[in-house]
Amino acid sequence: MADPTEIYTSPHVLEYPYARSTGPIIGAFLTALRDGKIVGVKGSKGRVIVPPTEYDPDTAEETSGIVDVGPGGVIETWAWVDTPRFDAPLDTPFAWALIRLDGADTAMLHVVAAPTSDVVVTGTRVTAEFRPAAERVGSMHDLRCFVLEGK
Amino acid sequence: MAAEETAQGPVTMLSTPIRLDYNFTAGVAQSKSLRGYAEGRFIGQRCPVCKKVYVPSRGSCPKDAVATTEEVVLPNTATVTTFCVVNVPFAGQSIEIPYITASILLDGADITFMGLIQGIAPEDVEMGLRVEAVWVPKEELGPTLASVKYFQPTGEPNREVSTFAEHL
Amino acid sequence: MSTPPPRQGTRPVAIVACAQSKSERRIEQANEVELLMPVVTEVYANAGMTKDDVDFICSGSTDYLIGGPFSFVTALDAVGVWPPKAESHVEMDGAWALYEAWVTLQEEGKDVALVYGFGKSSLGDLSRILALQLDPYTMAPMWPDQVSLAALQAQAMIDQGLATEEDFARIASRARHNALSNPNAQVANEKTMEELMKDDYAVAPLRRHTLPPLSDGAAAIILVAGDRAYDVVDRPAWITGIDHRVDAHAFGARNLAESRSTTKAAENAGVSAGPVDIAELHAPFAHQEILLRRAMGLNESTVINPSGGPLAANPLMAGGLIRFIEAANRIMDGSANRAVAHATSGPVLQQNLVAVLEGAS
Repeated sequence: MADPTEIYTSPHVLEYPYARSTGPIIGAFLTALRDGKIVGVKGSKGRVIVPPTEYDPDTAEETSGIVDVGPGGVIETWAWVDTPRFDAPLDTPFAWALIRLDGADTAMLHVVAAPTSDVVVTGTRVTAEFRPAAERVGSMHDLRCFVLEGK
Repeated sequence: MAAEETAQGPVTMLSTPIRLDYNFTAGVAQSKSLRGYAEGRFIGQRCPVCKKVYVPSRGSCPKDAVATTEEVVLPNTATVTTFCVVNVPFAGQSIEIPYITASILLDGADITFMGLIQGIAPEDVEMGLRVEAVWVPKEELGPTLASVKYFQPTGEPNREVSTFAEHL
Repeated sequence: MSTPPPRQGTRPVAIVACAQSKSERRIEQANEVELLMPVVTEVYANAGMTKDDVDFICSGSTDYLIGGPFSFVTALDAVGVWPPKAESHVEMDGAWALYEAWVTLQEEGKDVALVYGFGKSSLGDLSRILALQLDPYTMAPMWPDQVSLAALQAQAMIDQGLATEEDFARIASRARHNALSNPNAQVANEKTMEELMKDDYAVAPLRRHTLPPLSDGAAAIILVAGDRAYDVVDRPAWITGIDHRVDAHAFGARNLAESRSTTKAAENAGVSAGPVDIAELHAPFAHQEILLRRAMGLNESTVINPSGGPLAANPLMAGGLIRFIEAANRIMDGSANRAVAHATSGPVLQQNLVAVLEGAS
């Protein structure tokens, strides 16, 4: 006989193999990443939005005009991760950061690889480190991480 | 590799697979029903207000919004309230088509659940067909509705639709 | 009785009864229906009502917590929807379900609404689930976790001179002290700011104590329109102002150290139109309390989160509705005349709902 008080529990896995249409604006951004570059789009009053969106997040006006930005930029804010989660982009200690790329007016979320936490501070200059061309497919992961500029 | 094949054209699609891991819990009422399957019997619960019997029960009467605490052991015999003939193959299908999937109303229950009908030609199935549960061998019983292999005809006369119309 | 006039709408609507479960890290013995059922039963009892008195039902929950589609439909088994009821659901915190119910009660002939929210954070990996509310092209594929995103916000506040790590610890210390008198709280203790500052970082600059607990829980409220509210309770908590606003989803395009949506919602709700005795702020991370307080212009005379707030108990999808309950309870028991309830949803305070609750003079 089964235990009359047992509460049954069970592992349960949900998986979705989503494939998303990029549309022309995000498509241009991902195409650029695959080609080892970073681009943004011009929004209202000419401000450059990175990653690009089809609309200006503040005014909802349509954006137009893809422009090159980076690969260097400035850390706007950061969060230091000593123990990366299993699904983190890097498996050694790193910082999540909002990075304002040169030529951009908004900040992009990505990771900064650094030897120790004390060298990652707001205002620090960083530069993009791409994966080798053969590994790039048109995704945020084409950018392996950002590293401190000149290091 | 895919990247080289598409290197010249613009990126138009992005693959974003997601995987989420859960530890599902059945709670008290559903665990009772699941335990029943492991023991080769149907366990339901009765509403203290309207007296209706739910099998399986999630622990409440959806009509009266009260907890169902009285346990009811139900028999293996049941009536087919309605059914369909499955002719469409789909991924993971384990039974040869065509086959019958039916709404099963256990004797003494007030709610139906889906069950497989075997031991009868699809063209002979009618609403009101009397059936009984065939369980997997004892050593294969587990806390899952898969413990019920299928339902097969008992040979009794069909029930009049008017006797179970409320459960359609 | 002089019912305070509402700033929005034409019919005054009040919270007249509340119920909530005790928040726990993992309630294994209850499925969602069993979690919700005692709370719904209790709120009906507190209102002296049955399901037949209710004209409209609205709930807030998210299927990703459970890992099954349309779980809100299953949950309806706990509330009684026969004969057929007018019912709706939002994939938002229950506070937004309250907003929809408030709108619905503006219609003559709809006088009573049941609102509830429920969530079990224990079934899955909450950080992974919450990553799915981010931009699916440029953020979610990197699976940033909610603690790291909150830490980005906290660091922005530090950099802009708005707060220090000691401020965060002081808030956590006070929240857990207040939670000692809240029987539904999950984390309650006496620890000084100095003791808390010895905690490790979860993700710097956020130490462990600045994070909300992972909670399973449910909450329910009965709303009544017009003078019928006085039939239920002597001192209904009248919703005299309510509004919700949203900031840009792309949070790299906004200043994380401020919340313009909260400011706008607070203005429209009329927060500054009178003294605020207490405010229940849905600030899951300690630094967000400072941010929200600034955004609403609350001064030192307002008692913040007397219940302990989300740092003491934070069931996802019910945590905002619980702020309404805690604020309304203090109006109904006469310990406050004017209270603010706030709820948030979305990444790093993207969406914010602010309401002013008042007792009749």
